[in-house]
Amino acid sequence: MKPDAIRDKVAVIGVGCCQFGENWDRSREDMIVDAVYEAYADAGIEDPQRQIEAIFAGAVYPREGSGEVADALRLYGKPITMLMDYCQTGTDAFRCGVFSVACGLYDTVLVLGFDKPKDRGVSGPSVNFDRVRGLPATPAGWFSLCAARYFERFGAGREDLAKIAVKNHHNGTLAPKSMLKREITVEDVLSARIISWPFGLYDCAAQSDGAAAAIITRADLAKRVRHDAVLVKGVTVATAPHPQRDPDFDFLAWKPTLYAAEDAYRQAGITEPFRQLDVVQLHDCFTLTELLSYEDLGLCKKGEAKEHVASGTFELTGELPVNTDGGLKTFGHPTGATGVRMIYENVLQLRGQAGPRQVKNASLALSHNIGGAPQTCGIAILGMS
Amino acid sequence: MSGIVAFGAYVPRTRLPLAMIQGRRPKEDGPEKAVAYYDEDAVTMAVAAALDCLRGCDRSRVDAVYFASTSYELREKQGAAVVAKALDLRRDVLTSDHAGSLRAGTLALEAALHAVKAGAVRTALVLASDCRMGAPRGALEAKLGDGAAAFLVGDANPIAVFEGSAARADELQDQWRIDGERFTHTWEDRFVVQEGVEPNLVAVLRALFEKLGRKPGDYARAALYAHDARSQATVAKQAGIARERLQDPLIGRLGNTGCAYAPMLLVAALEQARPGERVLCASYGDGAHALSFETTAALEKLEPRLGVAGHLARRRSLGSYDAYLRSRHLDPQEWEGGADLGLSATVRFRERDADIGFVGARCSACGQIHLPRPRVCIRCRAKDRWEPARLSDKRGRVLSYTFDYFFPAAEPPTIVVMTEVEGCRVQVQLANATPDAVRLDLPVEYVFRKIHDAGGKANYFWKASPLEQGAPA
Repeated sequence: MKPDAIRDKVAVIGVGCCQFGENWDRSREDMIVDAVYEAYADAGIEDPQRQIEAIFAGAVYPREGSGEVADALRLYGKPITMLMDYCQTGTDAFRCGVFSVACGLYDTVLVLGFDKPKDRGVSGPSVNFDRVRGLPATPAGWFSLCAARYFERFGAGREDLAKIAVKNHHNGTLAPKSMLKREITVEDVLSARIISWPFGLYDCAAQSDGAAAAIITRADLAKRVRHDAVLVKGVTVATAPHPQRDPDFDFLAWKPTLYAAEDAYRQAGITEPFRQLDVVQLHDCFTLTELLSYEDLGLCKKGEAKEHVASGTFELTGELPVNTDGGLKTFGHPTGATGVRMIYENVLQLRGQAGPRQVKNASLALSHNIGGAPQTCGIAILGMS
Repeated sequence: MSGIVAFGAYVPRTRLPLAMIQGRRPKEDGPEKAVAYYDEDAVTMAVAAALDCLRGCDRSRVDAVYFASTSYELREKQGAAVVAKALDLRRDVLTSDHAGSLRAGTLALEAALHAVKAGAVRTALVLASDCRMGAPRGALEAKLGDGAAAFLVGDANPIAVFEGSAARADELQDQWRIDGERFTHTWEDRFVVQEGVEPNLVAVLRALFEKLGRKPGDYARAALYAHDARSQATVAKQAGIARERLQDPLIGRLGNTGCAYAPMLLVAALEQARPGERVLCASYGDGAHALSFETTAALEKLEPRLGVAGHLARRRSLGSYDAYLRSRHLDPQEWEGGADLGLSATVRFRERDADIGFVGARCSACGQIHLPRPRVCIRCRAKDRWEPARLSDKRGRVLSYTFDYFFPAAEPPTIVVMTEVEGCRVQVQLANATPDAVRLDLPVEYVFRKIHDAGGKANYFWKASPLEQGAPA
């Protein structure tokens, strides 16, 4: 994308997020309304039917189309775009909303991500039998395929992954709307039952229900609403070959992230991501995904992630805090909502409203999703000023 | 002149020590039986035996496939056609199924020998494969084993020339299975032996000798169906066959493999035979059937193969009787499968080259191989420039792996490996291995297996299997 096509043209003026968790007693409608009305209040939206011009919504599991969103919010006569791109859905909904404002289609739009996997009756992903090739087809199985070769190449192991789970469990205890609020130890992680080697139970994200929302507008209009509007510095999505069929895949880096990071950094004018970024929410569907993503996002050199894990670089007290709200691991992973939940957390961090998990003087924040096996990656970079 | 041009066999490596059936601790070298594992059935074993048989042979020469089984699952839908697709044979191959009797294996062999002799086909592949089940802890369970035999029948340069046969039909209800039942029934054992097995086999052997003008002593080896060791000895004695000429019936090692049993013993005999020997094979079931062969000098030029002996040597004991029950899908499940339609028939139809044949596509522009065939090459983006690339007979290596504890398996975890074969990436399950055997760059071959039972029927694909040292090419 043209490097200056987006930067500082669009602002986030309001965010909302419902309580994430196994929301047995809450419907999709309940969660959508909770998240969106919080975002309305945050943005000072008093008459959404008049002020919201379009909606970009992402969800992986529902098959009910845009009418569900319109009916939940009682917003009618407006274009609602429904997106689905697996775990990357939320960031893509945000991207489409940002683009629609940047190119002048609308002044103010709502971005929404939601999902309710806990209505499916299974704990974790269901076993897929609609084909014979590529089975077992579970996310844990897809993402774990990098482990053996990465471990061999760089001498990492389950202990390094465990420390990431411990960090994200700690961060989750500090986020009021997170699903899991329990400190764990490295020993807990290593002794848990194995899901798909090397992933034990605590290496896997918490599949949860949830919804998150953001209201975005033109940057020049945002200043009239609030002094601390957060600016979009860059947002992008990139696609790479299916890693199970890519003849050049090396099991050491996820290509979608490499592609997306290059474009996002160019848009945002970032040349030294580790030094320039203040806070990062990255896609920790599994602990290994977080480990690889440190490197794939250029936060450290390839192969050095485990040293940074050991030294605490990415902890809340470290040089570059990552997954400050507990991430997918403990905040929860309602697939379509996750990307928007990351926007929510980064906006709070940039505004200095993140409470006990606040990163000091955060002014540039990145969020990152990868989706599928993975074949896609979405990155959004937000900043103040 | 028609005869056997090549032979092969398959014995599943999973073995149930018979002591486990009674809940006793198995002894080292104690009696056991071969068990088709949870991802194997009559079709997959037939494919494995065929691949063993076809080593060094040009598959495009196969004109016909005769598939014999009493335990092939489908009553309507041919097994031979699945086997032919898995073997990537020519589309104009003549396929036929033979079933209904424990004699189906030798009868299919005889039919193929006659078809070749008559000039109707030049080369026929004969497969006999069975995995019959006795009810858990019932009379038959310990006796029945699983396995398959394969013969390539042709008119040029046979390793064993077909000399003639004798048959005998009989009507008695000694062993049977009604459509829809899982377990084979049997009547009282002494009735089966005294009125069925012994008189029919003795009569058919005497008829064979008389028809061909032979004496029992003319035969160096006799591959006789064995209901049990004692009745086999009785049959041999009454037919005048010396004990040392009897082919080991593999009781306590293989088990009675149904319509594949006598054919597998014939394979075992041919493995040990020298040129110029007479070998007979006799099967039992609703009568009896005997065939006579004479081996030729071509036998010594046959490429090495695993056969019965090689497969028997590769073994792994099941850890428990429960593991046996799970491996045969005999354990109750919370959700019994089969209620849905299963795989989309249209998707299965479009993807059969990749899924059943394990045939990929090579880009004629850059040579990159893909599985399944796409429209546009991932390497050079050439469009629609494909030639078929059979991967089932190629060897690959493990690039990465994981152990999945969620996918239904008889003994979790399911080992999942990303393999590279001929520059093409294929993610498959790893068969014939436990997690401790897995490592990066492990060389593998590919085996045809059942992946699941969605829709109540076997759904097949290929798995990787560790390539063993000294394995024939």
